[in-house]
Amino acid sequence: MSERRLHIIIEKKKGRSALNFKELIAYKDLLYFMVLRDFTVVYKQSVLGLAWAFINPIFSILIFSVVFGKLAGVPSDGIPYPIFSCAAILPWTYFSSTINASGSSLISSSGVFTKVYFPRLIIPLVPVLSKLVDFGVSFVLLIIMMFYYEYYPTLKLLLLPVFMLIMIMATVGLGAWLSSLAIQYRDVKFGLTFAVPLLMYAAPVVFPASLILEKFGEKAYYLYGLYPMVGVIEGFRAAITDRPVPWIIVGMSAFGASLLLFIGIRIFKSLESRFADVA
Amino acid sequence: MSDTVLKVHNISKAYRIGLKDQQHDTLGAALVSWIKSPLRNFKRVKDLSRIHADKNEADIFWALRNISFELKQGEVLGIIGKNGAGKSTLLKILSRITEPSSGRVEIYGRVASLLEVGTGFNPELTGRENVFLNGTILGMTRNEIELKFDQIIYFSGVEKFIDTPVKRYSSGMKVRLAFAVAAHLDPDILIIDEVLAVGDAEFQKKCLGKIQDVAGNKGKTVLFVSHDMKTISGLCTRSILLVNGQIEKVGNTNDVIDHYLRNFDVLDYKKEWPELEKAPGDSAVKLKSISAIDESGTSKKFFDITEKIGIEIDYVVYQPALEIWHGLNFYNAEGVNIFDSHNITSDYYNQPHTPGEHTITAWIPGNFLAEGKVILNVAIFNHSNHFIHLHEMEVISFDVVDYLRNDVLSSRGKSTGKFPGMVRPLLIWK
Repeated sequence: MSERRLHIIIEKKKGRSALNFKELIAYKDLLYFMVLRDFTVVYKQSVLGLAWAFINPIFSILIFSVVFGKLAGVPSDGIPYPIFSCAAILPWTYFSSTINASGSSLISSSGVFTKVYFPRLIIPLVPVLSKLVDFGVSFVLLIIMMFYYEYYPTLKLLLLPVFMLIMIMATVGLGAWLSSLAIQYRDVKFGLTFAVPLLMYAAPVVFPASLILEKFGEKAYYLYGLYPMVGVIEGFRAAITDRPVPWIIVGMSAFGASLLLFIGIRIFKSLESRFADVA
Repeated sequence: MSDTVLKVHNISKAYRIGLKDQQHDTLGAALVSWIKSPLRNFKRVKDLSRIHADKNEADIFWALRNISFELKQGEVLGIIGKNGAGKSTLLKILSRITEPSSGRVEIYGRVASLLEVGTGFNPELTGRENVFLNGTILGMTRNEIELKFDQIIYFSGVEKFIDTPVKRYSSGMKVRLAFAVAAHLDPDILIIDEVLAVGDAEFQKKCLGKIQDVAGNKGKTVLFVSHDMKTISGLCTRSILLVNGQIEKVGNTNDVIDHYLRNFDVLDYKKEWPELEKAPGDSAVKLKSISAIDESGTSKKFFDITEKIGIEIDYVVYQPALEIWHGLNFYNAEGVNIFDSHNITSDYYNQPHTPGEHTITAWIPGNFLAEGKVILNVAIFNHSNHFIHLHEMEVISFDVVDYLRNDVLSSRGKSTGKFPGMVRPLLIWK
């Protein structure tokens, strides 16, 4: 026999196991087909299909622009409120819907992972990838609005992948964390339903981050940047308009997202071995 | 080649089972307890994953205890035992779904486990999409599936519907497609739970053939769990009998099965005697097997109250021109004789039998037996001289349940709750 035979040892793990990248890569096809499944199933038997990726943010933009932009007169850093909120709503919609799906992903697929072995981390990763399709489609909306408000694309647009990376890192970390807790404590699922809207008002979705600087001072402003969605949203706003990129905030958020990713995966890996027993 | 491919060394697995909640006599006590309940719940949920193996706690359940065995290349090992004996837990550990509380398993080679047919099948997706999804879940790569796709579809026999959503498939088609995917896995070690308990008899045969092929001709190592002693004895040379999480006996399959039937077999919906020397009967006729079957011929434990239930009796006649009768006695769980039946309607009635194997089935109409356990005695005797060839007491049992199906009417209608009586016919009310 020419090929080296696989040697697997099964025993009670002491402490947490390291993230096995090689194994994750070996299962990339599974990730691909699970993402494809999620994507196909969501819009099957739907008349409007992918158009929903537009409709949801359009209505949010409309409501926010009227309620916060017009009625409440929330400042928007000198850019028109609709495009100001659009730049926040797109990443926020991705973040919140993925956190919800990822957080309950282990519970909803317990029928699969209690029957077959594969790297469990794939499960919370699936929504992270499948929701990117919606996110990508909704980008068309952003482009349309940019032209409408006469913010023509500049080289700064090339920074978007950087902000998206921060967003994805934070989502993976939080998703892995929440899903591994939710499988044992179903309270997490209930908690998410009210925590996610709270998180939205904590993020600079309806107001600019500069308001924090103005009201609470510089220290609070930089600490605020640790919340990854702050850097993502402010980064998006800067990338599509003529506002400067708030690099310190983006840097803080990149740090916050890395921390979240690290902690999230660490917790996931340390709880992983019990999933099948508590599911 | 006789190298060891699987080494199980002294594994144990403990689960925590919930203890009964406290009962409260007064409203006040209940209220206090309700206020304190989040704290108690937290401790309880948290404890689900905390097991102190050294402490002998009251709510710890040992699903497996000190299991050790080895498996050599090309060996087909059977695992038998009652429900709850730890078979599934053992397979789950070997398939890396859950880890042992203590002990160690070493595996050399690629493992594929089939604890269920069609894991991850999504009803909204087409057959084709599900083949790829299920295949990758089972550990194949996209490339492998593409290469084997035509074979898989051919084996499944659902070519025509491959681009139809699986939700429009019959349950039989789904099982065929799912098994076809699993059958084309190419692991070094295959772990199979009682997946063959599904599907029609013909397809079951096809599946068994495939497993035999994998084990015999391709020299693969197979670990097979089943309730069906016949399948085990046909496939496996060596078997393990698990009782209460411990190995009761290891060895030659026939010895293990014999030991099991003799010591641990409580009433099942199917009873077989793999060795005719030990089967009930005499030199003229012997009972081979008896089972409760549904209209598709599948033997099972639970029958819907509206379903016809068949009692299939397999027997072997040795004496030429033997004239025999068959009889069945039906009892409920309280030991009340619900009714008896003798074979006076079939072609076998008072007709001389030719030597060899015969099968006869008695059909109990749907909407006749009441819900609950039914226990059977079986007899084969001679009509004219009342000679009893065999009369086996409490040989099998099955359960009648009312699933409150929407498509067929049962006597319950839509009502739930207590419904007394030993029989429950659906009467015509006008």
